Amino acid sequence: MPRKTTKKLIDKKGVRVDGRKPNELRSIMIKAGVIENADGSAYIEQGRNKILVGVYGPREVHPRHLTQLDRALLRCRYHMAPFSVDERKSPAPSRREQELSKVITWAIEPSVFTDRFPRTSLDVFIEVLEANGGTRCAAITAASVALADAGIPMRDLVAACAAGKVGGQLVLDLMDVEDKMGDADLPVALLPSLNVITLLQMDGELSADEFEKALNLAINGCQQIHMIQREALKTRHIAVKQAVEE
Amino acid sequence: MPTFFEDKQLVMPGDLLAEGGYAAGENAYKEDEKVFSAQLGLVDFEEKTIHVVALRSFYIPYVGDIVIGKVVDVGFNGWTLDINAPYAAMLKASDVFDRPFKPQRDDLSSIFNIGDLIVAKVVSYSRTRDPLLTISEPSLGKISKGQIVEVTPSKIPRLIGRQGSMISMLKRETGCHITLGQNGLVLVSGKTLEDEQLAIRAIRKVDAEAHTSGLTDRITKMIQKEKGGNESAQKDN
Amino acid sequence: MTSTIIPLVKRKKIAETLPSGKRLDGRGLADYREIKLETGVIGSAEGSARIYLGKTEVLVGIKIDIGEPFSDTPNEGVLTVNAELAPIASPDFEPGPPSKEAIELARVVDRGIRESKAIAVEKLCAVPGEKVFIVFIDVYVLNHDGNLIDASAMAALAALLNTKMFKYVVKDGEIEKKPGYTQLPIRNQPIAVTIGKIDDNLIVDPELDEEHVIDARLTITTKKEENICAIQKGGVGYFTAEEILEAAKIASEKGRELRKLVVKA
Repeated sequence: MPRKTTKKLIDKKGVRVDGRKPNELRSIMIKAGVIENADGSAYIEQGRNKILVGVYGPREVHPRHLTQLDRALLRCRYHMAPFSVDERKSPAPSRREQELSKVITWAIEPSVFTDRFPRTSLDVFIEVLEANGGTRCAAITAASVALADAGIPMRDLVAACAAGKVGGQLVLDLMDVEDKMGDADLPVALLPSLNVITLLQMDGELSADEFEKALNLAINGCQQIHMIQREALKTRHIAVKQAVEE
Repeated sequence: MPTFFEDKQLVMPGDLLAEGGYAAGENAYKEDEKVFSAQLGLVDFEEKTIHVVALRSFYIPYVGDIVIGKVVDVGFNGWTLDINAPYAAMLKASDVFDRPFKPQRDDLSSIFNIGDLIVAKVVSYSRTRDPLLTISEPSLGKISKGQIVEVTPSKIPRLIGRQGSMISMLKRETGCHITLGQNGLVLVSGKTLEDEQLAIRAIRKVDAEAHTSGLTDRITKMIQKEKGGNESAQKDN
Repeated sequence: MTSTIIPLVKRKKIAETLPSGKRLDGRGLADYREIKLETGVIGSAEGSARIYLGKTEVLVGIKIDIGEPFSDTPNEGVLTVNAELAPIASPDFEPGPPSKEAIELARVVDRGIRESKAIAVEKLCAVPGEKVFIVFIDVYVLNHDGNLIDASAMAALAALLNTKMFKYVVKDGEIEKKPGYTQLPIRNQPIAVTIGKIDDNLIVDPELDEEHVIDARLTITTKKEENICAIQKGGVGYFTAEEILEAAKIASEKGRELRKLVVKA
């Protein structure tokens, strides 16, 4: 991959293409309880990313043979709408989507007490409606809110955010052009209260020293996002109260 | 031994509730002497035990629970019921017949058919076995009239109230029979549709405001006010 | 894949020796199993390698074809990695379309090669925008005894270093083969090191039984300059930040050893 245009991605004052500072998140809006039919749901906008998550379950496992006797089967399905990117994406799940479904499941499962409802399935459907970089992290962030909204017993929320290197500088929460043209991308998911990491991937190039700094930057981003998740769940609770009182 | 939230305060999964010397109650968990919340809900301190009253929850069966279920399958020697849980429940034919039951002679669907609602009791359930039901007690069996209202299963205790104060008030004030299923389904049956609707509104209000104080009084007032309104409206007709 | 049921006593057994720095098979926590590498094992492939990592056995074959470049990189060759978890390799593998496990394996191997810029793809362009060379890396698992990622990545690198391209000239926009071969242009040597976590212990190169009981794994790929170029966390467990930094250190040290071994093969 050529990464020739890196100079433009961040200027001398450290201002990025969309005007952000290196350690600044995109604007994030999370709303819990957006799909009537689902047992829990959430919507996130992070920059231009728009992602909808619906949780169904715990419910009986289909197909039956996937049933796990000692715990619930957590399945996350990451899927991109055909119109979510510039060039139409085939609706059939790509290899990238299948891998992301798997790593997202791994990122979320440590947060859920799956052993409390064995022999059931918990399905988390993630639909990316508009993608502009960092969708796996935004999806995890929203999925965790949706699970809490569904009343699923959980150890912690999961907040996710990427750090990376763009134009030679470490930055937080990369958008698409920064991811594609930048030097490295490091998505991280954090259980904020327990302070452990459940998703870690990287591509690009980082020295050991840069890696440590980028990891800490991403963790800090996750902690900020955790606050936004909490607000979304609080707002949801207040909204439910008001709706019934009327 | 600090605590980090006040009683009835809203908490999220993972919130540290207290340290040292506290026990984790419902919807809470303990790790290294720390008690954390496992749910979106409201903190409830009971002496040294910390519970979280879930704002949203699903039903997990418990032996002894009275539940309301819907027949979804009539099998060879019993019925399968949907009891609003992740597990299908079983009611055996032998539980219903007081004589030896013969699959070739007895038509099970003539007793309970698909779609029938049944009040039943959970007699066995474990992590590895689906719940088994019984109807062999006086108040149990097929539901023939009334309406079903769905509430959050975790709010059923609030609907019962201290020493049954809430539920007896609801029955008294609305004149309805009310059967609470621990699985979050409530059967309301009254003399008139208006009585039932009033009871359902009151039950929904309890569900929504379960965590607030002085709830029984407020619900009583609401019922009495609406009853007054209904009666005058009926006179006009 | 079928969920393999591991006797609880086995997990306990595997975990309990770790604090003393030893594993059930006698290895230390940071020891790889014995590695044997053979290259040039498939005559019909442009490059190939077979690796034995303990009892894990993986064959990688490389084919080179001519095709169109991607529209956003008209002057570059194309890299494609595919992995087959053939039913021959394990009772848990089933025939059919690639499982998520196979897709993850292929993508992790791909990421290491791509992000380290191991292949000089700009040298694989014959007619800009029209004809470039496609490097197909096919990973074939022949026996699964754990740590397929590291075994596959090493075999892929060994195969790439062993790959010969036919010589050619471009005439009127068409590629014409010439007699003789050249080496596929390789300029970096990515090495993937997978670290498993059991309780608070980190182990490298988990074999199958260990793989079944680890809480989570972390695959860190380093370049020959020892910078990190790819990471993948797998499994339902978690890591602390300290464990991750420790793993990064282990990956760079083990990477150095393994790189020597692969380059020599």
